[in-house]
Amino acid sequence: MPMPYYVSPEQLMRDKADYARKGIARGKSVIALEYLDGILFMAENTSATLHKISEIYDRIAFAGVGKFNEFEQLRIGGIRLVDMKGYAYSREDVTAKSLANAYSQTLGNIFTSEVKPYECEILVGAVGEETASNELFHILYDGSVSDRTGWVAMGGASDQLNEYLENHYTKDYPKSVPDLKASIAMGHDALKAIEDRDLTADGLEVAILDRARARRKFRRLPAADLTKLL
Amino acid sequence: MTDTGKIDSLRLPVNGPGSSFSELLEARKPDLLPERDVKGHVEVPEGTTVLALRYAEGVVVAGDRRATEGFQIAHRSIEKVFAADDMSAVAIAGAAGPAVEMVRLFQTELEHYEKVEGERLTLEGKANKLSQMIRANLPAAMQGLVVVPLFAGFDENRDHGRIFKYDVTGGRYEEDDYHATGSGGKDARGSLKKRFHPDLTRDEAIKCAIEALFDAADEDVGTGGPDLMRGIFPTVAAISSQGLVEVPEDEIRALFEEVISERGGEVRGPESHPVDVRRPGEEG
Repeated sequence: MPMPYYVSPEQLMRDKADYARKGIARGKSVIALEYLDGILFMAENTSATLHKISEIYDRIAFAGVGKFNEFEQLRIGGIRLVDMKGYAYSREDVTAKSLANAYSQTLGNIFTSEVKPYECEILVGAVGEETASNELFHILYDGSVSDRTGWVAMGGASDQLNEYLENHYTKDYPKSVPDLKASIAMGHDALKAIEDRDLTADGLEVAILDRARARRKFRRLPAADLTKLL
Repeated sequence: MTDTGKIDSLRLPVNGPGSSFSELLEARKPDLLPERDVKGHVEVPEGTTVLALRYAEGVVVAGDRRATEGFQIAHRSIEKVFAADDMSAVAIAGAAGPAVEMVRLFQTELEHYEKVEGERLTLEGKANKLSQMIRANLPAAMQGLVVVPLFAGFDENRDHGRIFKYDVTGGRYEEDDYHATGSGGKDARGSLKKRFHPDLTRDEAIKCAIEALFDAADEDVGTGGPDLMRGIFPTVAAISSQGLVEVPEDEIRALFEEVISERGGEVRGPESHPVDVRRPGEEG
């Protein structure tokens, strides 16, 4: 019986991580910015129906980059998890932290125990009563989670976007954060800078978690509204 | 891959529950679904009168606030009109516990579908879903836990309001103008019949609803009228292309005061009708 080749765990994990990173790098990017009344999500997306950004629960939104079918599966799984939890207990018992933890467990499990890791990264954002209580959890393909403040960029051009936002986003967070118009302009400029071409409202997917709204804080900004704000 | 456990619950089984929340519960947590296999007969609080009527731009849904248990008042300020989503409302009559549970499941079902699919169900789709839920409650209804909601909403495809009534088997019937159900339903319908016309404005329709509830409370012991002492008034919601708006309590209170002052002039106090019976002390 032939012996399988020995591959060290380090090598195996490195190969998987490289594979996942390459897959993610091929896709478009998503950015999230905390603004005065909530959290803004922006992505370059020419499709009006295949969303990268969606509503999960009252205060919670989801954004995914990489392979669509993989983050879409995580999105639906997340909606199922929180809807069941909110139905069994109460709506207030649904938290972004617990959802992010579930995502992290799932992605971590897939990364270590399956042949092909997921080629996606996701973001779970929850708007709080004030800027300081907003939550942004960035979850990587291997299940590692980071708790972020101010802004998050992920996807193909995340390095350039991070650099751009690092230089342009307020240093005075959370005392002063930009308003919606300024945040949209900043996000738009960041996406334009990496693409090196103009992006119109039709080519952008933009949604907000607006704490001023009633129970469901999530709202998409249709191209018509966005054109006015750009 | 199992269907339980937190880790796998985020991954979708191939033959999964799709975008239906109740099917999801059935697969994962059947204990959270309403109890269907009911034996024996129980007395539970019952909601009484709810109604819906169409107006030019949409539909108005209203309900009194009383729950009764036999001849007792079980609750004075129960809510019977619920927003199913932004564009529709359910008003409940019958066994209060199972009815409220049904509404909660229905609300979650609609929101779940909307989030998973990225678009809302049509009004027709929502009405059918509710019909199936009432049908599923039939075994419990046979044991006395009858739930018969009224469903109304704004149909964005047809651009007008629509009203659906149901029977215990889930039978779904669309009403063109108005409907009222519950113990005072017949009285409320009588009242609506006299005042309804298809071109009512929003304010006229709300007044109509309030007068119908006033009339129902006047005739039916199960229906609660405006409780001026405690400040409890019926709930009214108006749904138009702009979405569902709950009518503020001040507006409802003002309308009731209007009805009382309008009708006050017509009402006479009781006349004395002497009966030929001797009272104690009136000998011979």
